[in-house]
Amino acid sequence: MAKILLEMRDITKTFPGVKALSNVNLKVEEGEIHALVGENGAGKSTLMNVLSGIYPYGTYEGDIVYDGEVCKFNKIKDSEAKGIVIIHQELALVPYMTIGENMFLGNERGSKFRINWNETNELAAKYLKMVGLNESPQVLIKDIGVGKQQLVEIAKAMAKNARLLILDEPTASLNEEDSRALLDLLLKFKQNGLTSIIISHKLNEVSYVADKITVIRDGCTIETLDKNVDDFSEARIIKGMVGREIADRFPKREKHIGDIKLEVRNWTAYHPLYSGRKVVDNVNFNVRRGEIVGISGLMGAGRTELAMSLFGKSYGDNISGQVFIDGKEVHMNTVKEAIAHKLAYVTEDRKGNGLILSNTIKLNTTLANLEEVSSHSVIDKDREFAAADDYRKKLSIKCPSVEQNVGNLSGGNMQKVLLAKWMFATPDILILDEPTRGIDVGAKYEIYCIMNQLVAEGKSVIMISSEMPEILGMCDRIYIMNEGRMVGELDASEASQEAIMSHIIKAG
Amino acid sequence: MTNTKLLEFTKKYTMIIVLVLVFGLFAILTGGSILLPANISNIISQNAYVFILATGMLLCILTGGNIDLSVGSVVCFVGAVGAKLMVELKVPMILTVLIMLVVGTAIGAFQAFWIAYVRIPPFIVTLAGMLAFRGLSNVVLNGLTISVKECTSFVNLFGGGANCYIPDVFNFGGINGLCLIVGIVFAALYVVLELKKRLTKIKKDYEVESAVSFWVKTVLIAAVIFAFAFRLAQHKGIPTVLIWVFLVILIYGYITSNTTVGRSFYAVGGNEKATKLSGINTNKVYFLAYTNMGLLAALAGMVTIARLTSAQPTYGQNYEMDAIGSCFIGGASAYGGIGTVPGVIVGAVLMGVINMGMSLMGVDANMQKVVKGMVLLAAVIFDVVSKRGKWFAKG
Repeated sequence: MAKILLEMRDITKTFPGVKALSNVNLKVEEGEIHALVGENGAGKSTLMNVLSGIYPYGTYEGDIVYDGEVCKFNKIKDSEAKGIVIIHQELALVPYMTIGENMFLGNERGSKFRINWNETNELAAKYLKMVGLNESPQVLIKDIGVGKQQLVEIAKAMAKNARLLILDEPTASLNEEDSRALLDLLLKFKQNGLTSIIISHKLNEVSYVADKITVIRDGCTIETLDKNVDDFSEARIIKGMVGREIADRFPKREKHIGDIKLEVRNWTAYHPLYSGRKVVDNVNFNVRRGEIVGISGLMGAGRTELAMSLFGKSYGDNISGQVFIDGKEVHMNTVKEAIAHKLAYVTEDRKGNGLILSNTIKLNTTLANLEEVSSHSVIDKDREFAAADDYRKKLSIKCPSVEQNVGNLSGGNMQKVLLAKWMFATPDILILDEPTRGIDVGAKYEIYCIMNQLVAEGKSVIMISSEMPEILGMCDRIYIMNEGRMVGELDASEASQEAIMSHIIKAG
Repeated sequence: MTNTKLLEFTKKYTMIIVLVLVFGLFAILTGGSILLPANISNIISQNAYVFILATGMLLCILTGGNIDLSVGSVVCFVGAVGAKLMVELKVPMILTVLIMLVVGTAIGAFQAFWIAYVRIPPFIVTLAGMLAFRGLSNVVLNGLTISVKECTSFVNLFGGGANCYIPDVFNFGGINGLCLIVGIVFAALYVVLELKKRLTKIKKDYEVESAVSFWVKTVLIAAVIFAFAFRLAQHKGIPTVLIWVFLVILIYGYITSNTTVGRSFYAVGGNEKATKLSGINTNKVYFLAYTNMGLLAALAGMVTIARLTSAQPTYGQNYEMDAIGSCFIGGASAYGGIGTVPGVIVGAVLMGVINMGMSLMGVDANMQKVVKGMVLLAAVIFDVVSKRGKWFAKG
C-alpha cells in the first residue's frame, strides 16, 4: 500500500447556527487522484477551505495530518509552503495582467525591489509548456479563453511546487474538448507523482479520472469507493450521494390546488455581459393557485437567472417570451411593475441582494411596500413599527426588538426577515430562491411551515432549491433545469432523487 | 447606571458629549469669551453655509459614501450670477433669488444626470464641475469683485452681518424681546411635542424609555434651546440667516426620517442591489441627491454673498471640505447608509466651535487647519474601528 500523503481526521466545522462539517475523515494516498463528490452544500468546498488554511487552525476541530505531521495552517501561504495548492471554481486571475505576471502574483521573481521580468517570463514559459499551453507569457489573461485560463491556473500551481493539487469544479465552465484535455493533463501529472483532489459534479469525468471517490453528504463522509474494488458507475455514485430517507423533516399539508396562476412561455434571456450567451433558453412552465412548484438543477443551471429575469427583468439582456397571470398577458419591465402584479422574488443571496444589514429589521420589513405604511409618501412610524412587530411575532423572528440591525441576526432569522419583507408586500406568487440555504434544520422546518401556510392562503409558490430532499418533500410538481433549459417535469408522485439526477445527467 | 448602560449611552451620544467637552475646554482656554453673546451669534452667522451645504452633502454621502466636490465652485458661480443680475442688470431681488435657485438646481441636475443615469463616478463628475464652475465664476465676474452692499433688502434677508437681524417688535430694553419669546416658545414646543410622542407610544403599548431619562433629556434640550436664545437676545437678536438654516434643517430632517424618499437614500447606501430588487428606482435616488445638492449650493451662494456683501471669484473655496468634514464628524458612514441631519448639524457646530475657539485664542490659521484635519481623521477612525470592533483590518 502506498504512503498516505494526507489524512484529515474528524474534522468538524461550525458556522454561526449551522454545522457545516461533522467528523469528516479523508485519506489521500500519494500519487492518486481522489475525487470528492456530493450535492451542493454538502460541505466539499468547506472541507477544502479548512485544508488550505482559509479557515485557520483553531476555527475547526480535528487534525490535518500531511506528510506524516500534524499541520496547523493559519493562512493560505502556510499550506502553499507545504505544497498544498487549491484552484478555486472562480478563477483568481487578474484580466489586465499578462500570463506571466499572474503566474507569479504574490510570488514574484527577482528581489523585493526589482522584479526580474526575464526570469519571470522564462519560468512562466517553462510551466506553460508543462501544461501544454501554447501561448506567450506576455499575453494578457483577458485575451485567452476560459479553457486556457484554467490551464494557466494549473501552471501557476505548478510554479508553487505543488505536491497536492486541489481542483474545485475545474471543468464547470469548460466545454467537452477542453475538459477532456484538462483531465488527461491530470492523468499525465499523476504519472509524475503529483497527488490531486478533484471536486466535481460531472460524474462521468469523476469515474474517468479518479482512483478513489469519497462521498460527502450533509457534512459527513458517507463512504470511500476504490476503483479496484468497487463499482464506479454513475448510478452507484448517485446512490451514495442522495441515498437517504426523507423522514418527518417536512410538515404535511392539505392540498387545494386551483387554476393556473402564472404561465411562462418561450422565455429566453441572454447574459448581460457576454451578449451571445443564452442563460435562459426557451423556458416554459406554469404554477397553479395553492401549489408549490419546485425547480431543481445544479448550480449554474440558470434557475436564479430565470427567476430574476421574470421579476421585472432584473437580470439579463434581450429578454423575450410571454408571461400570463390569471390567463392575461402581463408585461413587467421593472421590479416595481412586478411587485404591482403581485409577484415576489425572495433572493438566494440574502446578505448581498436581499437585506440592508446596516439597518433595522423594521426598515427591511417595510422596504418593498412602503405605501402600506405611509400616506402621501410620509411614513407613519407607529404603523410601520406595528407592521414589523406583527411579522416578528408571526414568523417568530428571534430578536429583542424590530429596531435591531439585521446584520446581527443568525442566518435563519435573517431569512425570516427576508420572508417577512416579501410577505408584507402581499404577493400572490412567491419565488423562493434557495430559501433554506445555510440555515439549521429547526429553522428550515419553520420556513417549510410558512410555505405551507402561504399556499393554504391560496398563494402560489415557486421554490428553487439545490437540496433535492426538500424539493421532493415540499413540492407538488418539479421542473428540472439544466444549462438554461427545462429538461424535465415530474409529478411529486413519480419523482425521486435518482429520477431528477438522471434527467440532469442525460441532458448534460 | 451599570457599565454596559454607560457604554451604550456614550456610544449613542458620543458627538454631543464631545461637543460639550470641546465647548467647555474652549470656555476655559479663552477665559469664557467664547460664551459671549456676540461669539455665540457669530458661530451661527459664520457657519450658516456649512449647515446648509452639509445637509445636502449628507444625502449624497448616504447613497454610498459619495461626495460632491463641486459645491464650493457652484456656491461661487451662483453668487457671481446673482451679484451680476442685481447690481449690473438691476434685476429685482425676488426674481434674482428665483434665478439663482434655478441655476443652482440646473447645475445640480446636469451633474446628477451623468452620475445617476450614465454612472460616471461622482468623484470624477464633481471634480470636473469644481474646475469648470470656478472658471466660469471668473468669466462671469471678469475676475473682479462686485459689491452687493447697495442691495440692502437682499443682504438683510440672507445675511448674518452687521445689521442682518430680525427687527425686535417688543422692546424690553437692553435685551431682544422677540428673540427671547421665540426661544421660550420653541423650548416649550419641544417639550410638548416630545411628551405627545411619548404618550402615544404608551397608549399603543410600545416600549418607551424610563420616565427619568426622558425628562432629563427633554428638559436638558429645552434648557439648551432657551440658553441659546437668551444669548442671542443679549446680542442683537435672531440673525436672519438663522431662519434659512433652521428651515433647511427642519425640512431635510423631516424628509430623511419621515418620508419614503428619505428612506430610499438610506436603503441605496445600505445595499443598492437589495433596494433595486425592492422596486425602488435607484438611479432616481442618485439623481435626487445631486440635484438637491445644487439647490442647496444656490442657497449657500446667496448666504455667502449676503454675509460678505460682495461676490468674488475666490469665494467658496474649500466649502466642500467643510461640508464633507461635518458629515463624517457628525456620524455619517463613509460607506453610506448611515447618518442623520441632527448628527451632521452637531458635526458642523463642533467644527464651528473649534474654529471660533482657536481664532479667539489667536492660534495661527495654518495650525487651525492641522487641528481640523486631525479631528476629521479621528472621527472617521472612530466610526470605522468601533463598527469593526477591533483596531486592525484583516490583511
